[in-house]
Amino acid sequence: SFQTTIMAVEFDGGVVMGADSRTTTGAYIANRVTDKLTQIHDQIFCCRSGSAADTQAIADAVTYQLGFHSIELDEAPLVQTAANLFKEMCYKYREELMAGIIVAGWDKRRGGQVYTVPMGGMMVRQPFSIGGSGSSYIYGFVDSSYKSGMSKEECLQFTANALSLAMERDGSSGGVVRLAAISESGVERRVILGNQLPKFASC
Amino acid sequence: MPLSSEPSWLNCEVSTGTTIMAVEFEGGVVIGSDSRVSAGQSVVNRVMNKLSRLHDNVYCALSGSAADAQAVADIVDYQLDLHSIAMGRLPLVRSAANMVKDISYKYKEELVAHLIVAGWDKRSGGQVFGTLGGLLIRQAFAVGGSGSTYIYGYVDATYRPGMSKEDCLQFTTNALSLAMGRDGSSGGVVYLVSITEKGTEEKVVLGNNLPQFFDE
Repeated sequence: SFQTTIMAVEFDGGVVMGADSRTTTGAYIANRVTDKLTQIHDQIFCCRSGSAADTQAIADAVTYQLGFHSIELDEAPLVQTAANLFKEMCYKYREELMAGIIVAGWDKRRGGQVYTVPMGGMMVRQPFSIGGSGSSYIYGFVDSSYKSGMSKEECLQFTANALSLAMERDGSSGGVVRLAAISESGVERRVILGNQLPKFASC
Repeated sequence: MPLSSEPSWLNCEVSTGTTIMAVEFEGGVVIGSDSRVSAGQSVVNRVMNKLSRLHDNVYCALSGSAADAQAVADIVDYQLDLHSIAMGRLPLVRSAANMVKDISYKYKEELVAHLIVAGWDKRSGGQVFGTLGGLLIRQAFAVGGSGSTYIYGYVDATYRPGMSKEDCLQFTTNALSLAMGRDGSSGGVVYLVSITEKGTEEKVVLGNNLPQFFDE
C-alpha cells in the first residue's frame, strides 16, 4: 500500500503535482522508486494514496472511461470530468475501497485545476491539496508558506520542500520526489534524487 | 440510544488535546501552549494555561490527560521545592526534567501525559527537555500534544539556530496558531512564557491577535 505523501498546486497556466516514491508491505519497502503520478489523459494526471491495488484499479477504469468520452466528444476532456469519474467510483464503493486521490491537470475552459477526492468519496476543488499519511506533518508548513499567484518554478520549489519535510518525518514516505508540471504546452516530468532534496537547518 | 439524557461529555475523560512547544535561544527559553481542554467533543475550558511553574526558573508544558499531567507537575513542583531548599540554590533544568522523567517512566503504563520541561540555569543556560514515554532528551526545540503532528514540517523548515528571544516568541506563536487551525483538540488563546537569567515573563496572545494565514 502507499502510506504516502502526495501534493498538487494550481498556478496561473497549469498545475504542479508531486509525490514520494515509497510502497510498503508492512515494514518492508516493496518499491522504493514507485511512480504515484499516473496519467489519465494527455493533460490530466492523478496522485494516488492508500491501497496500491485499489488506486491502480480505479485509475485504469477512469482512464478507459475518460478516453472513450474524449473520443465521443472529439475534444480534450475537462479536468472536472475526470475528477467526477473518480468521485463516482470512490463514493459508490466507499466501503470496499481505501483510496485517497488528487486529480489535477489543464484544460481549455478553466486552465490549471486541482481536485481532491479523499477517502469517503467527496470531491472539492482547492488551490492546492495535500494527501496521504505524510500530509499530516506538513499542514502547518503549507498553510504558512502558500501564497496565491506563485509562478511554476515557485510551485515546484514549494512542492519539493513540502514533500521533503514530510518524507523526513513520516516513516511511510521516502525515496525520491517525483514532480510533474502540466500546462497548455504539455507535461514536464522531473525526479529529485535523495541527495538533491532540500535540506533544512533542523536536520 | 443512551438510557439517561446525560450529555456524553460527562462520561468522557478530560484531556488537554493540545499543542505545546518550547524553543531554546542564547540566554534562555520560550515555552508556549494553546488553551483548549476537551472532554470528548465538548470544550470544557477554553482558557486553560497549560504552562505550569515547576520553579522560578523552570516551567513545564502539559499535554495528554489533564489529570495525569497536573498530578505529575504538582509532584515535581513539591520535589523541586525541597531540593532547592536543600541545595540552597535554584535547581538545574536537568534536575527538574529528571524528576518528571522518573515519574513518567515508572508509571508509564498508567499515565497518559507528556510534559515538555524548559528553563534557564547558570550552568547550561536555556534548555528544553522532552520526556515523552519516560525518556529524557535535550532538544533545541520540542513540540508535543495532538496538534504537534501538523506542525512538524513547519518547525523543521523554519527553525534555525541562533534565533533571538523575539524570533523565538514569533516562531512559537506562528507554530501554535497553525496547529490550532488544523487540530480540533487545540484552540483558544496562546500562552507564552520566556525564561532568562533575569526571570520569567508571561504573555497571552488573544484570538484576534493571532497570526492569520492564507485562507483566513
